[in-house]
Amino acid sequence: MTQISSQTAAQNGTATATAPSDRIRVDLQLIADMVEPGTRVLDIGCGDGELLGYLKRTKKVDGRGLELSNEGVRNCVAQGLPVMQGDADRDLHDYPNDAFDYAILSQTLQATNRPREVLAELLRIGRKAIVSFPNFGHWRARFDLMFHGRMPQNPNLPIMWYETPNIHFCTVRDFVALCKDMDLIIERSMVLNESGSKVSLGSHSNLANFFGNQALFMLSKKG
Amino acid sequence: MSISAPLSRRALPGHQIVLGETDKLRLDSGVDFGPFTLAYQTYGALNANKSNAVLVCHALTGDQYVADDVHPITGKEGWWRAIVGPGKIIDTEKYFVICTNVIGGCLGSTGPKETNPETGKPWGLDFPVITIADMVRAQAMLIDHMGIDTLFAVIGGSMGGMQVLEWCKSFPDRVFAAAPIATSYRHSAQNIAFHEVGRQAVMADPDWCGGNYLLEGKKPARGLAVARMTAHITYLSEPVLHRKFGRKLQNRGAITYSFDHDFQVESYLRHQGKSFVDRFDANSYLYITRAMDYFDLSVEFDGRLAEAFRGSNTRFCIISFSSDWCFTTAESRRLAHALNAASCNVSCVEIESDKGHDAFLLDEPDFHMVLSGFIQGAAEARGLN
Repeated sequence: MTQISSQTAAQNGTATATAPSDRIRVDLQLIADMVEPGTRVLDIGCGDGELLGYLKRTKKVDGRGLELSNEGVRNCVAQGLPVMQGDADRDLHDYPNDAFDYAILSQTLQATNRPREVLAELLRIGRKAIVSFPNFGHWRARFDLMFHGRMPQNPNLPIMWYETPNIHFCTVRDFVALCKDMDLIIERSMVLNESGSKVSLGSHSNLANFFGNQALFMLSKKG
Repeated sequence: MSISAPLSRRALPGHQIVLGETDKLRLDSGVDFGPFTLAYQTYGALNANKSNAVLVCHALTGDQYVADDVHPITGKEGWWRAIVGPGKIIDTEKYFVICTNVIGGCLGSTGPKETNPETGKPWGLDFPVITIADMVRAQAMLIDHMGIDTLFAVIGGSMGGMQVLEWCKSFPDRVFAAAPIATSYRHSAQNIAFHEVGRQAVMADPDWCGGNYLLEGKKPARGLAVARMTAHITYLSEPVLHRKFGRKLQNRGAITYSFDHDFQVESYLRHQGKSFVDRFDANSYLYITRAMDYFDLSVEFDGRLAEAFRGSNTRFCIISFSSDWCFTTAESRRLAHALNAASCNVSCVEIESDKGHDAFLLDEPDFHMVLSGFIQGAAEARGLN
């Protein structure tokens, strides 16, 4: 079973939103900025509904969520957000084709059993997919492996290799290669620094792959 | 405690309406039924544009007294006072709450213990077999009579949840929000099996008299009590039985080497059976359990449940309880998947509880938090806040 849960906040180690003033985690804000108002959005691994609630309030989207943890689902529904308990690997096949304008998968792809299939499902369900993931090409990860001979561990990936739910790591370039292989269009891409802010280093250059802590992509299908 | 003096239909508090006088109720069995009486309670006031009506649907042995201070038969509080009332989750200061005694029931609505106008005698087994859809169509006739076009919400647990789902299938445009709780889109084989045990217990009681006990001046109290005892076990869970009773003995220091109720759990079940008999009609029990058994929303779509909800704009909140082995979370998830496949707006939540199926009637803060959030979110979308 794949972990989709509110672990992302802890994983990213970034500041969480203060509820009343409409501010959300910086990396979620970047995702929200990609979403057009009034659209239909599926947030897979929606946690406590931070992004979904924000999109509903500020962009009047018709938003739905899928979340693995019961606690997350409960908290979402208690806020009036339509969320169901489920799993990216197992539960996406129920959704009809093109049911959403955007299928969002934030910080979860690396925790799925079959990332390629999940990605294909996102683009079957949504006209566009918005995907973010931790970049294993980041210089610190390379440094850990090269000089310490240890699997990378840092504030954004704090869990030891034997306990982490993250089982399919990739770098920005790996991901770009997969998109090419799957014949997907990269509509937008950016890398984020450790606090989740955008880094201006071109889209998915070698430099971005080296300095980007997380990557954020908006994808669509050809044709 | 129970007051066993039977109340006549006329003496029951609340409303009663005769429906189906000209346009009869076409039952699933093919019978055109009517006129018939529907007994119901309302709480709160209908707003000017009739957009704040909430229909609460009761479970197998429930009734219309969902939020009364004092139940006319049992003397206890209404069965869902934790949820329905002034300032509560279903706030009667904000919503107009309607709850009907289902057709086939025994608290004022036409059912097997009422008089068959053709014979002047109690219906007994001449009463037509009814279904969940029949119950819902009868409710819809009442809602029509009230001039309500769209219900803000239809909410109910267990058999009440079946009615909620039937409403959403049969009248999709008349339900803005739906909360089917601790329920399923179909009655499982295990649940049918338990119901059959209950019915056989009733029918094996010689005082059932082939269904004519009212004419014979008798009451199949033992059979009905056994039926209730069996069913009651299915509404609980092993952990909750263990926590409440364990192997504790009832008012005695040692086992008695007899078939007396040595164990507290036996005494408890006997009490449940006995008090049930005072408030429920045995034939109604047969008819209503049968209605639940027949329920399967997917059957007319060759098992493709999603078809039942195709094009629905209703927002759904499906709630299940982790220890409920009558209506499991797995069943709720199947329903949620079908709703997803039909592009419906659906939430699906499992509440952690060791209290079994009955948890929906009890004080479960997480459940209340979820239901409250769902209703408030729907009210906002409906412009009721």
